[in-house]
Amino acid sequence: MTPLPLADVGFAEASWIMVVKSILIFLGVFLIVPVLTVVERKLIGRFQHRYGPNRVGPGGALQPLADILKLAGKEMFRPTAAVPFLYAIAPALVIFSGITTIAILPFGDVKDGVGFYGIDVSIGVLYFFAFGSISFYGLLLAGWSSGSKYSFLGAMRAAAQLISYEVSMGLALLGAIMIAGSLSMTEIVYAQDDVWFIVPQILGFLIFMVAGLAETNRAPFDLPEADAELVQGYQTEYGGTRFGSFLLAEYLEMFVVSGIAATFFLGGWMGPGPSWLDPFWMVTKILALIFVFIWVRATVPRLRYDQLMSLGWKVLLPLATLNVLVTAILVVVL
Amino acid sequence: MSEEFPYLSKADEEIVAVQRGPEPGGAAGAYRSFGETLRGLKTTFARLVEGPVTIQYPEEKTPVYPRFRGRHKLHRFEDTGLEKCVGCSLCAAACPADCIRVVAAENDPADRVSAGERYAAVYEINLSRCIFCGYCEVACPFDAITMGHEYELADYNRGDLIFTKEMLLAESIERAPLRREGE
Repeated sequence: MTPLPLADVGFAEASWIMVVKSILIFLGVFLIVPVLTVVERKLIGRFQHRYGPNRVGPGGALQPLADILKLAGKEMFRPTAAVPFLYAIAPALVIFSGITTIAILPFGDVKDGVGFYGIDVSIGVLYFFAFGSISFYGLLLAGWSSGSKYSFLGAMRAAAQLISYEVSMGLALLGAIMIAGSLSMTEIVYAQDDVWFIVPQILGFLIFMVAGLAETNRAPFDLPEADAELVQGYQTEYGGTRFGSFLLAEYLEMFVVSGIAATFFLGGWMGPGPSWLDPFWMVTKILALIFVFIWVRATVPRLRYDQLMSLGWKVLLPLATLNVLVTAILVVVL
Repeated sequence: MSEEFPYLSKADEEIVAVQRGPEPGGAAGAYRSFGETLRGLKTTFARLVEGPVTIQYPEEKTPVYPRFRGRHKLHRFEDTGLEKCVGCSLCAAACPADCIRVVAAENDPADRVSAGERYAAVYEINLSRCIFCGYCEVACPFDAITMGHEYELADYNRGDLIFTKEMLLAESIERAPLRREGE
């Protein structure tokens, strides 16, 4: 029997390095997410012939600071019908799962005994899916524990959406995993030394991006939020910092999905120039993918619920399965 | 059409059928919607390249047309400096919002205020009631009152919006840019 394609992760670091890396990830997250919020609003504005926020600070650069101060200054509100503990824990769960996933994104290889990633786990992408599902638990709990029908409907939609798109997402990545022959993120990046997986796996990349939009609850798949009919979905009853947490988590997940896509299809940290430029290339690729996310949001209207379901089950899933089958045959034959 | 819809009467056949798009679904539908999505992405990206068209209002202002009806102005004769208004109250009579109050008084020949026999001792316009219709301007036989270009009239008290004769006569600072020919 052939062993499971788990990467040989013999490389271990000192625990103090791990602690420093965790702190750096947290700092990086809280630095990059506010920037993303203002970048998104500016870009959406430009897509609509507007300037976007430009009042706070030079060119609106301090807008996120104003937003955070406003949210932090609000009352910690809870509806009477809510379940107190779950209501409080849900936003934390969403943020937690987002940040933990950043740990596996490789921003470079091991240099001077320090890997440029949080941790190189042998199960790689399974870790990403596990924590992605936990974040949906957060949404579900938020919707259910709020004690409001809009929140509940939003949470139900989130659950249905997760089931529909998680499968296609996994299958889309499976092609790249089969070519690389490993689940480890660094191994997958090394397998793209010759050619990025976006070339042989273009279908997988497209499916992953569409499913990623659904996974992050962003337009056109923002049905769990659907401001037009559900007020704000599972976030309806939240306010202040807890609402801010959901907002943070949304951008965090966008970052994570872009990071996974960059690692699996765009060659991760690979790029021209000396090796110390590796993190720069990775961040550039992630930002380019985030631009695509924002671009799509500015373009495509929200799907109807049945359209969402039929796209997931009738289009993406067969395509992803076909992609996996063809890739598997080619991997064996070639 | 009768074969298609046998239940329709002759009059109903006049109804024009609604134009519908192709049926959704299927592989062709997915392919088509993918193409249309790409077309949409192209459209929005072109907007990004074009750049914003917003006018940054407090800093930049849309130029007003020459006939724009803003805040009223009272006028003097340029040579003698006498007020054009003779206190005839025709503007007050024409005003549909009833926002003009005129109290006339006899001119003192030694110290004339207006060019006519009488002058407006009190001339007030309540701008919180004014509808900027310009009828006062039309009614005035001496062109003493005209509509200016000023439109930034917000204030903290309603009382401050009652403009007296002195305020209306004063040279206002032109804050609204005038639209040039062909702009």
